[in-house]
Amino acid sequence: MMTRATLDRKLSQLLDEILILDSMVETATQEAIRALKQHDLEAARRIYRDDALINARRFELEKDCMITIATQQPIMATDLRLVASILEVVAELERMGDYAKGIARICLRIGNQPHIKPLIDIPRMGEIAVDMLHRAVGAFVARDAELARQIPKDDDQVDALYDQVYRELVMIMFKDPSTVDQANLLMWAAHNLERMADRVTNICERTIYVVTGEMQEIDISDDEIKPNNA
Amino acid sequence: MNKFIIEDLSIRYSDGAESLKNVSMQIPANAITVIFGPAGGGKSTLLRVLNRLNDLADVVHVSGKVQILDKNGNALDILHPQTDVTALRRRVSMVFARPIVLPMSIRENLTYGLKTAGERNKERLEEAVERSLKQAALWDEVKDRLDTPAAALSGGQQQRLCLARSLAMEPEVILLDEPTSGLDPISTNKVEASLQELKQNYTIVMAPHSVQQAARIADQAAFFLQGELIEYAPGRVIFLTPQDKRTEDYIEGRFG
Repeated sequence: MMTRATLDRKLSQLLDEILILDSMVETATQEAIRALKQHDLEAARRIYRDDALINARRFELEKDCMITIATQQPIMATDLRLVASILEVVAELERMGDYAKGIARICLRIGNQPHIKPLIDIPRMGEIAVDMLHRAVGAFVARDAELARQIPKDDDQVDALYDQVYRELVMIMFKDPSTVDQANLLMWAAHNLERMADRVTNICERTIYVVTGEMQEIDISDDEIKPNNA
Repeated sequence: MNKFIIEDLSIRYSDGAESLKNVSMQIPANAITVIFGPAGGGKSTLLRVLNRLNDLADVVHVSGKVQILDKNGNALDILHPQTDVTALRRRVSMVFARPIVLPMSIRENLTYGLKTAGERNKERLEEAVERSLKQAALWDEVKDRLDTPAAALSGGQQQRLCLARSLAMEPEVILLDEPTSGLDPISTNKVEASLQELKQNYTIVMAPHSVQQAARIADQAAFFLQGELIEYAPGRVIFLTPQDKRTEDYIEGRFG
């Protein structure tokens, strides 16, 4: 029989580690957007470089999970679902870190060129996505399925903003083809944030799985896919 | 198809301890059904009901109905006073936690039951020895020393010999009460592997020696707590997504 106390301690350590990894990702995202907005190339270089820390932390956490599996054998029910889901969540967080790094790279590529448009919607997307992430990881750690079900609804706002940014950038390119380079880069930044919010939904799905044992995709929006010129 | 149908079974021992309370369940044929839970929960009592070994225990109260079905679906009322217990035990055989080998050769251990039941044909006896040893995954280890004393076998081999001895009689059901509790992981593995083979042709009901073993081999798993059947579901369901909090607490090692 395993010693329950050791396993419980290990599991809460893993969850603490997730909170740390999450705050690194949140900070990287916020900082990357700020750097983009303010042409802070130094900050962008730092975020770009520090993504390696997020990756290293993810591997560390993954290794910790494997050691917990090997030594404490959480092989049943909620214990098993939790550890398996932690592995999944750390992978999601690491990918989100890559998105932040991507935005930092975009910032560096734009350099000191003046922006072709004021950056309002993209930072707004970032705020919502980071807020969703923060709540989603909180729900995961607290194993709060109810909260986890609510969070993905906010993805609609992110998607709407993305559409808006997209249209706006297309118009700008249309009017002045010399903006194509930067418009394309900004489109990627917005796209990264849109993907980030999608990945938050995956974390919410994991939370529901840990709590209920049900593996299901959360249907966020019922919007149909329309042709672009509609 | 079901092998056993248990309806509202209650058993109380003379010391007042109620060992089973209103248990109803159906045990499928050609599958491994695992009965698990903390000590004193009624696992052994239930196994012993299935071949009436409880007749020998200090039971003061039995109510409910337990039936065994044959291939054609004909039911026999196990608890009925007129039921031929010897015939029942030929159909429903038991392997205990501690291997009990008879003080004879390996071969004689296997033919003893058949000879007692009147089998004299040498060829058929030889055939039963080889078949049962192969089914119990012991043949390769002992085929060259069938006439040596069974007591010289290792613990794991002795347990498989007991399994083979049950199989020699070609029962329909094998009951196993913690059959690997004294065995090392390799012997445990062999016993579990042979059970997986045997379920093609036999109904297996087992009290495992650990939750982990229950999870490894159960087609169906029943969780018993203080005489009550708390949860009964396919193994792949109960060990990953148990529905009852008590089942979950037990399998995650919170008590027991």
